[in-house]
Amino acid sequence: MKKAKRFLLIPLLFFLCFALTACGKRNNQNVYQKVKESKHIIWGVRADTRLFGLTNVKTGKIEGFEIDLAHALTKQMLGKDATASFVTTTANTRIPLLKNGNIDAVLATMTITPERAKQVDFSKPYFPAGSSLLVPDNSKIKNVKDLNGETVLAVKGTTAVNDVHKFEPKARVLQYDDYGQAMSALKANQGVALTTDNGLLAGIAQENPGYKLVGGVYNNAPYGIAVNKGQKDMVDHINKALDQLKKNGTYDRLIKKWFAGIPGFSLKGVLK
Amino acid sequence: MWQIITNNWGSFLTGFWNTILCSIIALIFSLILGVFFALLEVAPTKFGKIVAKVYIAIFRNIPLLVIVMIFYLIVPRYIVKLSGFQAGTIGLTLYTSAFIAETVRAGISSISTGQMEGARSNGMTYTQAMRYVILPQAMKIVIPPLGNQFVNLVKNSSVLAFVAGFDLMYQAQLIAFSTFRTIDTYVVVGLFYLILTLPLSYYMRHLEKKLAQ
Repeated sequence: MKKAKRFLLIPLLFFLCFALTACGKRNNQNVYQKVKESKHIIWGVRADTRLFGLTNVKTGKIEGFEIDLAHALTKQMLGKDATASFVTTTANTRIPLLKNGNIDAVLATMTITPERAKQVDFSKPYFPAGSSLLVPDNSKIKNVKDLNGETVLAVKGTTAVNDVHKFEPKARVLQYDDYGQAMSALKANQGVALTTDNGLLAGIAQENPGYKLVGGVYNNAPYGIAVNKGQKDMVDHINKALDQLKKNGTYDRLIKKWFAGIPGFSLKGVLK
Repeated sequence: MWQIITNNWGSFLTGFWNTILCSIIALIFSLILGVFFALLEVAPTKFGKIVAKVYIAIFRNIPLLVIVMIFYLIVPRYIVKLSGFQAGTIGLTLYTSAFIAETVRAGISSISTGQMEGARSNGMTYTQAMRYVILPQAMKIVIPPLGNQFVNLVKNSSVLAFVAGFDLMYQAQLIAFSTFRTIDTYVVVGLFYLILTLPLSYYMRHLEKKLAQ
């Protein structure tokens, strides 16, 4: 009996494989037509990034600037009765999920880079991200030029070292395994500043009173919304909706809602 | 793999040098501290015994990483500024010294009490008996396990990578992250550690044979 079950299982698995790849093949269709008919957009978002998309432990829902923006974009594109749903992605899974059609668009702190642009199509930037500095409130550091001869803290595997050295070659960079360790090192005065994306720093600053962002963004690396390669309709409509949101004030309201209280976070650079 | 070495030769060399430096400093001081606390533990004074027991209990039973983090993150805030290299070396020294103390104490205990009594009854002071009768015999027994501790110490020096101590492992992580050639990089690092640990093992074996004669 057990053996018979096993024999049944194997064809079933094969069947599932084919069925699921068939799902994936649907990505050749026009995504915009699909979401317009269903009045529903599936967004790939982050669930682990403070201020952008973070799972609220109490409600179990993801909350953040990108989630609100996704809701607003969905309504703007497809009408008031349209709905948005969210799939949690990570840096490694967001492009594959997009490619096989599980999500319609990625709105997940994704920096626009030439290499990524070969695989996906990007919308206009929706957030002016870039490297910035986090320092203690009483620090003398005002911008990246003040780092001459000083020690800066960063996280291994990020581009921070190259970014800092591009602007201030004489800065010494110490690198740690994660942001928790790097922040602890900053608190222990092992360096004068912590550097990474301004969005991430804003999240860290919100959690650590007594620390602020300075100098604005010294190396631009804006975030864009990604859709599968060749989905020009979708990109155009996202861009149009984004422009409309910026015009009617919704975008500014959302930015203020999430980033207004962050010490040193320059709203001027964002609100335009 | 050859490319990894030639392209990053400078980084590897800096890392290798820092690992050697950290290992040598930690080896010397942990041996001194270890023998000191072992003697304190077997000494007839009650106070010394308690101090040694507490010291060994603390540093032998906390993970090395935690000890180093304390010296890197907490001590600089309140007492004195320590760089990653300094904090790592101090942590490694204290951690290893606790193990060495236990090893040496075991060696001393293995010498029969008759030896000490005999030495004392011949008019030697406690210190003299320890210095000329007990320790020379104990050291002979202790050499093989001590060699183990030294090899472990060299490998444990990789803890410096966590506190930006610019050692071999720290450089390796940076190279692996920037080139995405993780396996090649760590194989090279493994070879560099072998350059350090193999001669050390052979020297300890040589010492063991020499003392056995």
